Amino acid sequence: MATESVNHGRRRFLTASTAVVGGVGGVFAAIPFLSAWKPSARAVAAGAPVKVDIGKLEVGQQVVVAWRGRPVFLVRRSEEMLSRLPGENGRLKDPDSSVVDQQPEYAKNETRSLKPEILVLVGSCTHLGCSPKLHPEVRPEAWDSEWKGGYYCPCHNSKFDLAGRVYSGSPAPTNLVVPPYRFEGDATVVIGEDPEGQV
Amino acid sequence: MAGARTSTMTGILGWLDQRIPVMDTWNKHVGQYWTPKNFNFWYYFGALAGLVLVNQIVTGIWLAMYYKPSAAEAFASVEYIMRDVEWGWLIRYMHSTGASFFFIVVYLHMFRALIYGSYQKPRELVWILGMLIFLALMAEAFMGYVLPWGQMSFWGAQVIISLFGAIPVIGPDLVVWIQGDYLPSDATLNKFFALHVVALPLAILALVGLHIIALHEVGSSNPDGVEIKKKKDANGKPLDGIPFHPYFTVKDTFGAGVFFTIFAFVLFFEPTFGGLFLEKDNFAVADPMVTPASIVPVWYFTPYYAMLRAIPDKLAGVAVMGAAVMILFLLPWLDRSPVRSIRYRGPLTKIAITLFVIAFVVLCYLGLQSGSTAQLWVARVCTVIYFGFFLLMPWYTKIDSTKPVPERVTYHAH
Repeated sequence: MATESVNHGRRRFLTASTAVVGGVGGVFAAIPFLSAWKPSARAVAAGAPVKVDIGKLEVGQQVVVAWRGRPVFLVRRSEEMLSRLPGENGRLKDPDSSVVDQQPEYAKNETRSLKPEILVLVGSCTHLGCSPKLHPEVRPEAWDSEWKGGYYCPCHNSKFDLAGRVYSGSPAPTNLVVPPYRFEGDATVVIGEDPEGQV
Repeated sequence: MAGARTSTMTGILGWLDQRIPVMDTWNKHVGQYWTPKNFNFWYYFGALAGLVLVNQIVTGIWLAMYYKPSAAEAFASVEYIMRDVEWGWLIRYMHSTGASFFFIVVYLHMFRALIYGSYQKPRELVWILGMLIFLALMAEAFMGYVLPWGQMSFWGAQVIISLFGAIPVIGPDLVVWIQGDYLPSDATLNKFFALHVVALPLAILALVGLHIIALHEVGSSNPDGVEIKKKKDANGKPLDGIPFHPYFTVKDTFGAGVFFTIFAFVLFFEPTFGGLFLEKDNFAVADPMVTPASIVPVWYFTPYYAMLRAIPDKLAGVAVMGAAVMILFLLPWLDRSPVRSIRYRGPLTKIAITLFVIAFVVLCYLGLQSGSTAQLWVARVCTVIYFGFFLLMPWYTKIDSTKPVPERVTYHAH
C-alpha cells in the first residue's frame, strides 16, 4: 500500500466518528446494568403503607411497627411532655424543623405531628441508621445531666427530644424523620400515606 | 514469518516454550529476577499476602458450594457449614481468620514500604497499584462480612452504606441504589455476594498481577534503599542481586512455615479471637428492628471508624474517613527526602513515623470502644497526628538531616 494514497483526514474522521458512536452506545448499554441495581418492582411493592391501631396505646407508651423494613415509633405524649418541648429549643440544632426533608409539611410544627399528642417517627438515627432508644423519664442520665426525656442512640451518642429533634453536639446532623402518615378515624394510623388533600 | 521460535528446552517443555514464553517468563520473574541480597524480616509480607490470597480463594470457592445468598437462608447456611458439612467449620474459619490475617500482613507490608521508602521514584506505580489492591480488599472484606447475615452483618452494612448518604444531593438516592431496597435486605445481600465472589476477586487478581509486573520492571528496593541496578558485573547482572529462585523461594517458604504455624494456632484455639475476628453479635441472625447496643466494625477498619466518630458532623466525618485512606495514594509525592531508607534518615522522620504508628494503633483500639467523651478527644488528637504525618511530610522530610547512603548494600554473610 502506497502511503501517498492514504487520506489522513478521512481516516481521522472515520476513527473519531467510530469512537463517538461507540462511546454513546457504551453509555446507553450501561443503563440496564446500572438500573438493575435500583429497587425491583417487588421491593417497591413491599414498601406499601402500614395500618397501626393505637386505641390501646397508653400515655407515655411507645409502639414500634415495621414500615419498609424500618422501625417506626408511635408515642402517645402527655400534656406535660408536650409542655417541656419549647424549653429545649435553645439546646437543639433545628428547633423549628426547618430542614425540609425531615418531615412532611403537615408535621412542620411545634410538636412535629398531626395531632399534638401522637408522635410518629422513623426509628433510624439520622447519623448512621442505628435505632435510638426511648428514655422518657426526666432525670440525669449518663449522657446528659439535664435530660428532659427523649431518644438516645447508643451507637454514637446522638440525643433527640420527645419530638425527635436533635440536640446540639450530637453526631446526627438532622432531626429524626417523620414519615408520611394519616389518621383513619381516631384510633388508626396509616403510615406511608399523606392525609387527604395534603402532599 | 511463521517460523517456530527456538528453545533451549526439549520434550514437552520445549514444545510448550516454542508456543508460549515459558522460559522467558520464568527467567524474568523468578530464575533471573535479581533480588537484593540484603532483604530482611520485613520483606516476608508481600509473599505472605499472596499466600493468604490463595487461601481466601480456595476456601471461598468451597464455601460458595454450600452458602445460600438469600436473607432467609444465609445465616442458617453458614451454621450448616459450621455443623453439618464435613470439615466445614475448618474451611469457614480458614476463610474468616484468613481475612484478618490478610489485613495483618498487608498492614505490615505497607509499613515496610513506609520505613524503607519503597514507594519513592521509580516505584510510585508499584505503590499506587498496591493502594488499589488495599481499597479493593477493604470492599471485599466489608461485603464478605455482610454475607453471614448476622446482626453485625446487617447493622455494619447499614452503617457503612449510610456513609454514602452523607454525599450532598445524590446521597439518599445513592444509598437506595446500592441497597436495591429501602434498607439492607435480600437484594443487598445477593448483590454483595456477586461482588464478593466474582467482581472483586477478579479485580484483586488483576491488580496483584499488575503490582508484580510493575515491581519486576523497576526491580525490588531493599532495607538500605540502594539501587542495585547501578552496580552491575560484566554480564549486566547487579552485583548485589541474587536470583529469586532458589534464594528467596527458600526464604519465603521458611516464612510461610512460621506464618502457617501462627495461623494454625489461632485457627484451632481462638478462631474468633475473642470477638475481634468474628464479633459476638454476629452469631445472632440479622434483625432490622433491633439495633445491637454497640455497632463497631471488625478491627481492621477501626482506625478509620474512630476518625469518623471523632468528628461531630456527618459529612465532615465521612470526608475525613475517606481522606485518611486516599491520602496514602499521594505518599510518593509527599516524601521529599533524598534518601529512601529510615536507616539513613534523620530524627524528624523517625519521630514522625513513631508518632504515626502510635496514633494508628491507638485509633485502632479506640474504634473498638464505645466512645466516651475522653476517648473522643484522644481520637481527635490521633486524627490530627495521622493527617499531620502526611501533610507536613514535604516539610520535615526536606529539612531533616540525612546520613550518607553507601554505594553498595550492607550485608553480613551468615
